[in-house]
Amino acid sequence: MLRLLAFLVLAALPAQAEEIVLGLSRDEVAITANFDGSDILIFGAIKRDKPAPDTGPLGVIVTVAGPDLPVTVRRKDRRLGIWVNTDAVEVDAAPSFYAVATNGPLNEVLRDTEDLRNEITIRRAIRSVGADVDDSRAFTQALIRIRAGNELYQVLEGGVDLEEDTLFRAAVNLPANLTEGDYEARIFLTRSGVIVDEYVTVIPVHKVGMERWLYNLAHDNAVLYGLMSLAIAIAAGWGASAIFGLLRR
Amino acid sequence: MQIYLPIAEVSVNAFLLLGLGGMVGILSGMFGVGGGFLMTPLLFFIGIPPAVAVATEANQIVASSFSGVLAHFKRRTVDLRMGTVLLIGGLVGSGLGILLFNYLRSLGQVELLVQLCYVIFLGIIGALMFVESLNAIRKSKKAGGAVPTRRKHNWVHNLPFKMKFRVSGLYISVIPPLLVGVLVGVLAAIMGVGGGFIMVPAMIYLLGMPTKVVVGTSLFQIIFVTAFTTMLHATTNFTVDIVLAVLLLVGGVIGAQIGTRIGVHMKAEQLRILLAALVLAVCGKLAFDLLVMPSELYSLGAGGH
Repeated sequence: MLRLLAFLVLAALPAQAEEIVLGLSRDEVAITANFDGSDILIFGAIKRDKPAPDTGPLGVIVTVAGPDLPVTVRRKDRRLGIWVNTDAVEVDAAPSFYAVATNGPLNEVLRDTEDLRNEITIRRAIRSVGADVDDSRAFTQALIRIRAGNELYQVLEGGVDLEEDTLFRAAVNLPANLTEGDYEARIFLTRSGVIVDEYVTVIPVHKVGMERWLYNLAHDNAVLYGLMSLAIAIAAGWGASAIFGLLRR
Repeated sequence: MQIYLPIAEVSVNAFLLLGLGGMVGILSGMFGVGGGFLMTPLLFFIGIPPAVAVATEANQIVASSFSGVLAHFKRRTVDLRMGTVLLIGGLVGSGLGILLFNYLRSLGQVELLVQLCYVIFLGIIGALMFVESLNAIRKSKKAGGAVPTRRKHNWVHNLPFKMKFRVSGLYISVIPPLLVGVLVGVLAAIMGVGGGFIMVPAMIYLLGMPTKVVVGTSLFQIIFVTAFTTMLHATTNFTVDIVLAVLLLVGGVIGAQIGTRIGVHMKAEQLRILLAALVLAVCGKLAFDLLVMPSELYSLGAGGH
C-alpha cells in the first residue's frame, strides 16, 4: 500500500513540476461612455524546478468567460405561409462571453476527457438539460453560431504565442456589447493533452462614471428616472422650437 | 464616434443616431405622426434590444411631438377640445392595450402578433390613403385647382352627446372621437408606437376634420399618451435608455421643426400621398420579412419564464 502511494506520488511529481506564473495587461475592464471594446493581454511564464519533463508536447490553453446566464433559443418554421417561432429550447446556463485560445489545434493540446471535466471548449461550457425537442443539439449549435457572429464566442486556435516552451502570451478582444460581471480567466498547461497545471483569475467588467450612475438610477429610482427622461424630452422639444422661432425672425 | 448606451448595453455610432433622429423628426413634423412606426424597426436593425428600442422610442416621441405641437400652437392649428376628448379615449385604450399585451405575452408569440398588426394596419391605411389622395388630386386637376370640401353627412353625425369643436369647425357627437382614441390607444400599446399614423387618417376620414388641424391635434394627443407609456416602461421594465433618447431627440426635435415648415408649403393631397407611400413601404418590408425564409432561423432571447 505504502509502495503504491509512493509510486503515485512519484508519478504525479512531474505534473507539479511545471507551474504557471501569470500577468494581465489589466485587472479590470471599465465601461465608460465611449467604450468600444477592449483588448486583454494575458501573459505569463512556466516555472520549473528542474529541466522540462519529456512527457509529450506542451500545450497552453487560455479561456475567458463572462457571467453564465439562461438563454431561450427559438426556431422559426413556416406556418400558413409565414415564418413563425415554433420550437424553443431553454438553455440553463450559457456564458455571455467566451473565448478559448490555444497554442495549437485544440484536439492536439486537449484530450476530450479533460475537456469534459473542465468544460474548456464552448460546447462544453454551455449547460443545457431538459430540452423537449428532438434535435436540441441544433439549438445549441445555433446559439454558438449566433454568438460567434457577434464576436461573443471566439475560438482562437494558435492565439497563444509560446516561446521556448516557457513564455506565453494571448490577446483576447472583448467586444463592445459586453454583459457586466466577473469574467473568469483560466489558463491550462497540458502535456500530451493532459492538464498538468491550472490557474484561475477574475477580471471584473463594470460600468463606471455616468454610465454607472444612470444605470443605478434607472433601477433604484425608476420614477425619478422616468420623470427625468420626460423632462429632458420636453425641454429639448421646447428648446428646438424656441431656437427655430428666433431664427425665423 | 462610438458611444456606449448604459441601459441598452451596446456601443453605437452617435452620428448615426443623430441622423436617424433627424430623418424621422422631419417626417414627424410634416405628417403629424410620431415616427415610431419607422424608428422602432430602424433601432432593431442597428442592434438595439427590442425592449429598449420600444421604451426609448416612446420617450423620443414625447420630445419631437412637443416640439412639433408648439409650432402648431403658434399657427392655431390645434383643436384642444378635440385633443382632450381623444386623449381621454387614448389613456383608457393604452391601459386596455397593456393588459391585452401582457395576456398575449403569456401565450407566447407576441412578436408575431405585433408584426401582423403592423402589416395589417399599415397596409389598410396606406392603401386607403393612397387611393383617396390620388382621386383628390385627379379631381382638383379637373376642377381647375379647386380643392373639394369634404363635409358629407354620415352616420357619425346622427349620434347623441354632440359637442362643438370650433377649431375644427365641427358639431359632432363625442362618441366617435372617444372610440378613435381608445382604438388608437390599444394599438399604440400593442405596437409600441404613438399611433399617429392610425389617428391621422381616422380624424380625416371618420371625423371629417380639416387636414391642417389634424396634424397639430394628433401631436397634442400623442405627447400625453407616449409620456404615459414612457413612465410605464421606466418603472416596470427599466428599459428607457436616456443616452439613446437624448441622441435621438436632439436630431428629432430639429427635424420636427424643419418638417413642420416643409409641411406648410405643401398641398394637403401631396402630403397625404407621401405619407401613404411611406406607410405602404414600411408595410411591404414587414410583410416581406414574414413571407420570405429568414437567413437565420434561430433567435436568442433572455432566458427564464
